[in-house]
Amino acid sequence: MATPKVCGIETEYGILLSGADVDPITASSLIVSAYKDSSWAFASFDASHERPAQDARGVNLDDYLDPVIDSKMINTVLANGARYYVDHAHPEYSSPECAGIRDAVLFDAAGEHILRESMNKANERLPEGVRIDLFKNNSDGKGNSYGCHENYLINREMPFAQIAAFITTHFVTRQIFCGAGKVGHESPTGVVDQAGYQITQRADFFEELIGLETTMKRPIVNTRDEPHCDPQKYRRLHVIVGDANMSQYATFLKLGTTSVVLSMIEDGAFPKHLLIAHPIHAIKRISNDIELQEQVLMADGSRMSAIQIQTELCAAAHAYAETCDDTGLSTVELDEILCEWQDTLDKLSTHSDDLVAKIDWIAKLRIVEGTRRRHSLRDSDSRLKAIDLMYHSLDPKVCLANKMGLLSLYGDVAIAHAALHPPDTTRAYFRGRVVDKWFGNIVNANWDSIVFDVGNRPLQKVHMDEPLKGTRILTESIIDGATSVEDLLARLGEQVFPSSTL
Amino acid sequence: MGERVFKQHDKEPPSSQSSDEESASNKSDNAIRVDLDSILDQIDEVLEENAEEFVKSYVQKGGQ
Repeated sequence: MATPKVCGIETEYGILLSGADVDPITASSLIVSAYKDSSWAFASFDASHERPAQDARGVNLDDYLDPVIDSKMINTVLANGARYYVDHAHPEYSSPECAGIRDAVLFDAAGEHILRESMNKANERLPEGVRIDLFKNNSDGKGNSYGCHENYLINREMPFAQIAAFITTHFVTRQIFCGAGKVGHESPTGVVDQAGYQITQRADFFEELIGLETTMKRPIVNTRDEPHCDPQKYRRLHVIVGDANMSQYATFLKLGTTSVVLSMIEDGAFPKHLLIAHPIHAIKRISNDIELQEQVLMADGSRMSAIQIQTELCAAAHAYAETCDDTGLSTVELDEILCEWQDTLDKLSTHSDDLVAKIDWIAKLRIVEGTRRRHSLRDSDSRLKAIDLMYHSLDPKVCLANKMGLLSLYGDVAIAHAALHPPDTTRAYFRGRVVDKWFGNIVNANWDSIVFDVGNRPLQKVHMDEPLKGTRILTESIIDGATSVEDLLARLGEQVFPSSTL
Repeated sequence: MGERVFKQHDKEPPSSQSSDEESASNKSDNAIRVDLDSILDQIDEVLEENAEEFVKSYVQKGGQ
């Protein structure tokens, strides 16, 4: 029985300020504060208990690492349950935790909406000639990368080494449908080549197989062990290897296939022969082969292409779905994931034009190649790199992804709604609703607790260790009926979340 | 197959979400055919004269 696949995406957005000499941390603060100042409701995020140096392999590297967390800066919890803040000189949106893949896609798209609103509001405040532009990408083309991380709830009992060994196969090969595409090649120390095209933004930056780092010597499997929930029951697999997707369909496949593969690993259904001999080498080789012909060496000595590996994984997932009673995903979503996964692999094999409207690296390649041919440009012409960057712009007039007619799972109305309202089926519902209704009484909030100020009495901390409690079904009537925070806490009792006096 | 853990949610999505939601399965069979030439025309329009300057100015601090 696999763990319910609660998941979410955190994205650091690229930021470009033109017309003035302003450092990116200040520019990022302008972005987040412009949104905060115009919001009805928000709460302060409490990052004081975060332990990013806690390693899933059982050691704490606090003494050896100095992770830069700008937690003293603007750091908010929004009414949709998300965290919105400045991190590493980028504005970052961490979606609320979602108990469904479609929800997670929706709340990632809500993040784009929030960043776009922020950009528009910040630009209204800036003097003429000065403006900020935001980009949902992962690299500046000059050797600097910033992340789009996925998070998945998994079982604590599962040995981490086993999870790491098997999920690596998927992380190395899933890029053929969830890569965002990139003009040129980089290394973590700079530009290697401005010409050429590869499948991912991020593959150039991965130097280790497994490890705790996220800003240097990035590992394919990240070992950060901060569950943000009951640490006896759960892990939160923190995935740093992916690209930020403009295509909602690609985001759906990325989250959906990874969730299914993680459930297969938890249930012992992962095909154990599918181990890649040299994953760091393979992730770069696959990224650099847009014909998808590259055969990578497997641990058993055979050679397989990424499509072949993914096809075997997908077949194993179909077999798993037929025999397993509880995959940690809803039957409806599981069926949809398996169907779209298979369809995409079939279409990748035949180079189907359908994928231009679904897969980011293919959509971007189409316009990069089209422009290059139309104007007979050299491979290293700046216009091609400009197209790469503009594909990810949050300015609708500039955004080239917009012009590709990408398939969307959700339209503008649903996305705008999700920017202001939390998902129904996780504790994010409780977080978002109480931020909206009682933001004036919230001292701070984080993923697994909220501290309330109830007036002349000591502060009250509500613990939210269980991601699948605090849902709409469990708490809507309590929140709707409560006339004050004191009343809310009395009604909440110990049934939904325990609370403690501070 | 499946204990339908999230069945309740499937039955009761927020109204504004459900009405605006499209089926990935249905749409995938009718993939949107994009007119490349018209898109390239639009790109030529928005592609700034100073593409080189734009690309050069896009420098980011490394993040995670």
